[in-house]
Amino acid sequence: MEAIVAHENDLNLKATELRLGLPGTDESEKESASCTKNNKRSLPECAEESAKNDDLDAQHGDCEAAPAAKAQIVGWPPVRSYRKNSLQQKKAEAETGFYVKVSMDGAPYLRKIDLKVYKGYPELLKALEYMFKLTIGEYSEREGYRGSEYAPAYEDKDGDLMLVGDVPWEMFMSSCKKLRIMKGSEARGLGCGV
Amino acid sequence: MNQLWKMDPNIKKTKNSADSANYPEAIQSPSQFPDEVLEKVLSMLHSHKDRSSVSLVCKDWYNAERWSRTKIFIGNCYSVSPEIVARRFPRIKSVTLKGKPRFSDFNLVPQNWGANIHDWLVMFAKVYPLLEELRLKRMTVSDESLEFLAMSFPGFKALSLLSCDGFSTDGLKSIATHCKKLTELDIQENGIDDVSGSWLSAFPDNFTSLEILNFASLNSEVSFDALERLVSRCKSLKVLKVNKGTGLDQLQRLLVRAPQLMELGTGSFQQELMFRHCMELENAFRNCKNLQILAGLWDASYVYLHVLYPACSSLTFLNLSYATLRSDEFTKLIAHCPNLRCLWVLDTVEDKGLEAVGSCCPLLEEIRVFPAHPFDQDINHGVTESGFLAVSHGCRKLHYVLYFCQQMTNAAVATIVQNCPDFTHFRLCIMNPGQPDYLTDEPMDEAFGAVVKTCTKLQRLAVSGLLTDLTFEYIGKYAKNLETLSVAFAGRSDWGMQCVLGGCPKLRKLEIRDCPFGNAALLSGLKKYESMRSLWMSACNVTMNGCRLLAKEMPRLNVEVMKDEEDDSHVDKVYVYRSVAGPRRDAPPFVLTL
Repeated sequence: MEAIVAHENDLNLKATELRLGLPGTDESEKESASCTKNNKRSLPECAEESAKNDDLDAQHGDCEAAPAAKAQIVGWPPVRSYRKNSLQQKKAEAETGFYVKVSMDGAPYLRKIDLKVYKGYPELLKALEYMFKLTIGEYSEREGYRGSEYAPAYEDKDGDLMLVGDVPWEMFMSSCKKLRIMKGSEARGLGCGV
Repeated sequence: MNQLWKMDPNIKKTKNSADSANYPEAIQSPSQFPDEVLEKVLSMLHSHKDRSSVSLVCKDWYNAERWSRTKIFIGNCYSVSPEIVARRFPRIKSVTLKGKPRFSDFNLVPQNWGANIHDWLVMFAKVYPLLEELRLKRMTVSDESLEFLAMSFPGFKALSLLSCDGFSTDGLKSIATHCKKLTELDIQENGIDDVSGSWLSAFPDNFTSLEILNFASLNSEVSFDALERLVSRCKSLKVLKVNKGTGLDQLQRLLVRAPQLMELGTGSFQQELMFRHCMELENAFRNCKNLQILAGLWDASYVYLHVLYPACSSLTFLNLSYATLRSDEFTKLIAHCPNLRCLWVLDTVEDKGLEAVGSCCPLLEEIRVFPAHPFDQDINHGVTESGFLAVSHGCRKLHYVLYFCQQMTNAAVATIVQNCPDFTHFRLCIMNPGQPDYLTDEPMDEAFGAVVKTCTKLQRLAVSGLLTDLTFEYIGKYAKNLETLSVAFAGRSDWGMQCVLGGCPKLRKLEIRDCPFGNAALLSGLKKYESMRSLWMSACNVTMNGCRLLAKEMPRLNVEVMKDEEDDSHVDKVYVYRSVAGPRRDAPPFVLTL
């Protein structure tokens, strides 16, 4: 997902701020406003948030500013438990990285990268270029990475050495076991021109 | 009363003077129709509302109706008792029961609240041995109850459990083992103990009657071999919804055995398939000429969506609410589905995806957009008002919407209902509580005002965003057909709730959370609650005194209170419902019936 930049000038942060109190009330009104008891405990699954919330558990309707991590309100948004658990499972899966080894011919040791971080080939290649201080060049179906000193390759589930870029990104993600940056001379066999 | 006529419905029933004492206006002249004719005519009535009206005409009609009723719908299991039901309806074959208040789906009702099916089953076993169907929503069902069910009704055909809890897959094993005539097993979104998938293997080898099988929400792996054989031998299978553990190659084998399917829920849609297998899967879909409904598609990898294309043109309902498709992926798929009437998606398709819906699906009547990241503060995700606008622009037949979004404007909603004035169900969830119109910073009052003014057929409304009492003034004044209203983090004072209770002549269900409505508001509905199914208020400003007063004034209402832990006088949750069964006897210690 794209990096989120908080456009503080555009957002009306005060209006959208989540606080332990009624919308529309602010600090000065808190005594007179018929404030509901702020016993909104966070969901049991969210251990981190609940630790923060215990401190904010308002005994006397303190409408404090929202903590840095938004307090989770029980049962809101109204999404059924089954769906919620499904999503959390997905999120957990998404959060566990998908690390693969990257070897470069001639380098003394290997590196590891998390493929899940990248959204597609361009980003991956840029990252490899940055990590190994080299240029890989542009991919073409016919020529592979012609014109560059290095070509990125990977070992797939069957153990075959494949050129990075031929298959759709998702398919690559699910079949890539490890990456190997090959030197141009060796890589010529991998589709870098005739 | 002469018991004979109860046994043989063909004997003309004699009028009893005691009866006319209860119905002083009942005409003593002979019935216009012989009872047999009346019963025959009434047996063609299916709507519960119609049957209810019919039963109020006179004693004859009341009796004819109750003898001819075979399906019973009980919207609140505590509104009546098993004994009363058994006494009134002697010939029931199908029962639908709903238990806990709807907010229990969102963890607002503590465990062990009640709504246990067991006592009902015991009564049914006694009085309705020929029971065929049981459909439960938000009830507590134990494995023992399921076993009792399986053993007590030899002709049992259909079991549907939605959003229930208390049982495990062992209970399902009993059903599979003993219900020889089972046609339907529909297990959806329940909080259960998923012990093992062995229940599926418990269907006997000579069992062939299954027509509907939905185990999509059960995670434990079933034996594919058992599943394949089951699907093979159940030639009448129309609905099959498998769980996530079923892969694409397995799906292909199932489809080949059941090309007659009308409704399919796939398993996980993400598996590396060789090209050849991909083609086979696509062909399998091509051969499913009757497929109208498609669901499942977990982890749908865009790479394989094309196998669905041959089946897409006949689809009327597509449920992608568990498939995290991006807008470009989704757009390609939806272009193949011009006949959709109903679409459920995740907001990962974003506004662009919804624009595609507007362009491709002119027949669309229902759309539900679920949040992929409901607890993420990231406002750049999901859908906005423009997605909704795009759908309303292209899909003029839209009448049902459930829309989770990060932002909305009054102007957009006004335009939307201009485009689609036929809304019957309008459920808008602006996910940040109390959020105003993000362009004007004003409350969202005018949005919902537009909805209730324009959509005269509106039956169900869920409001959200920053709302003052004005929203509720509008609702009370204009929402003449409104039956269900859900309110959260809204309103300014008692006046808001009073407006709703003073207007809305058809209101049946009112559920409110985290609103500044207090005793005055609660008590303003004194007379109205008996015409409603129920009222739920949590985290509002109601006190014990208010609830006690309500209970005292209205003895035929059950006023159940769950108290605030810290404050003895303050009421955390109150649930008010009409009942002919009196206060319930199974209330747990944290529920106080006043």
